[in-house]
Amino acid sequence: MKDRYNSGKLLLELFMIALGLLFLVPLYLVFINAFKRYDEILTSASSLPELFQLSNFVTVWQEMKFPTVFANSLIITVLSVLGILLFSSAAAYQLVRRPGKMSNIIFLGILSAMVIPFQTMMIPLLMVAKDFKMINNLPGIITMYWGFGIPLALFLYHGFIKGVPVELEEAATMDGSSVFGVYFRILLPLLTPITVTIAILHSLWIWNDFLLPYIVLNSKAVQTIPLASYIYFGEYMNQWHLALAAMTLAVIPIVVFFLLMQRYIIQGITAGAVKG
Amino acid sequence: MTQTKTKKLLIYFTFVSPAVLLFALIIMLPFVRAIIFSFQDWDGISTDIKWVGWSNYTTIFHDSAYMKSFWFTLKYVAVSTLLVNVIGFALAIVLNMKLKTKNVLRTVYFMPHVIGTLIIGFIWQFIISQVFPQIAEWTGWHIFEVNWLSYPSYAFWALILVNVWYSAGYFMVIYIAALQGISTELLEAAQIDGVNRWQRMWHIILPLVRNAITICLFLAITSGFKVFDLNLALTKGGPFGSTESLALHIYQDAFANNNYTLASTKAIIFFIVLGAITLIQVFAMKRKEVEM
Repeated sequence: MKDRYNSGKLLLELFMIALGLLFLVPLYLVFINAFKRYDEILTSASSLPELFQLSNFVTVWQEMKFPTVFANSLIITVLSVLGILLFSSAAAYQLVRRPGKMSNIIFLGILSAMVIPFQTMMIPLLMVAKDFKMINNLPGIITMYWGFGIPLALFLYHGFIKGVPVELEEAATMDGSSVFGVYFRILLPLLTPITVTIAILHSLWIWNDFLLPYIVLNSKAVQTIPLASYIYFGEYMNQWHLALAAMTLAVIPIVVFFLLMQRYIIQGITAGAVKG
Repeated sequence: MTQTKTKKLLIYFTFVSPAVLLFALIIMLPFVRAIIFSFQDWDGISTDIKWVGWSNYTTIFHDSAYMKSFWFTLKYVAVSTLLVNVIGFALAIVLNMKLKTKNVLRTVYFMPHVIGTLIIGFIWQFIISQVFPQIAEWTGWHIFEVNWLSYPSYAFWALILVNVWYSAGYFMVIYIAALQGISTELLEAAQIDGVNRWQRMWHIILPLVRNAITICLFLAITSGFKVFDLNLALTKGGPFGSTESLALHIYQDAFANNNYTLASTKAIIFFIVLGAITLIQVFAMKRKEVEM
């Protein structure tokens, strides 16, 4: 196929760049207005600020308790993802290597949960969570993310492990390695590519998740960034200068993460999409 | 011999049971209780839980707010599924060509997707309520003069617009991966045979990316049905409940009105409808896929 760069391509390229700029405009507007005074936003939301002042950010940083909510989001995301990776890779390992009726039932049973919308189990979940003292604390919500994250992670690991030749594991067993040794020293290193994919997909989801924290985390000390933004935004509904500074603070960590991990995120999305 | 068998079983359960227990506690137990709730009547407080048989199921069909949110959700899913796929595919086709800025542009189009939908909703509330009036001032275009969030038909399109902005890049990424799987020899051979651009698209490219189309439709339908954060942050279901999604409606019914059992029934119906639609979609499309 002739795929030369000609004037048609140039026009198309210019159009795509213009569209790309239009795509970024909302983020740009949020960013520049976060530095303005309230009245300045109302009179000229599209112009650059007269003075890039940081006072909105200082106010929001303190009132939203940004360091605390950032730490909560980070702890919840990291521990949830680590648990999801560990539990689902361990289960997938035995389900693949010990096939049989039991393994099939477990695998298909967990898999079928992927079609249940969260809203369907949300109401009783809250009651189960109350019974097990999982409301309003980080271990509680992390345990819930483990549960909700396992189906997709198990599915992805299951497919990947099936493609890993069993010979290496057998050789290690011959050499006297225990099942745990095989799992930690042989299998887990081989699983790195799919582990990265699963870690990234689940990190994005958990970091941005709102509804679960909204129903199980009420006290201020355990709130996450999306939840704290929602509450803050509700209190300062029309105080756009503060709301926009809060949004900017909320967006920066995840955009930085994306720009650093871009390649893996795109790969992860592509690999994760195959679950359909 | 039996000892090794016991040992193997023990190892098996050590590895498998954490996942199974978590699944049972967090997903299965609440799901089963939701089904049981849907046949009960309970205010969430009293110790007296009544069995009511199918009456919740018949009640909800006369619940006009529920039916309204159902109808809104179906419309939202239909329009947004179509648009995010068509636009995502178009972006993928163009950014699969040899453009100089294609890598930067892929990043730009995908970027909104990493931001949480709740924040996205607030960002656009700002754009629509504060920036649109200014655009109207410069351009004089009537469409930007009205506040989109205070008229039902405009609010619907505001949600669609934001969802397209948020999702198009995501679908683009999946379609690009599919397009890269098509062998260039095949396309070259077709070109030598004198196949024109549209024939190439309809008879070669589209059939070969059918697998990706199946996946993307599935993803768009399921995520569309579950829309909650965006809906809450952008319109709160308003004006006049005209944009209340099913997920938002169920949430409000359960936690604002304390209708646990009725809301559970609505959620079970939600699950059945979503399951049926996605099953039909995937099954119907899988049958026609081309294996290469």
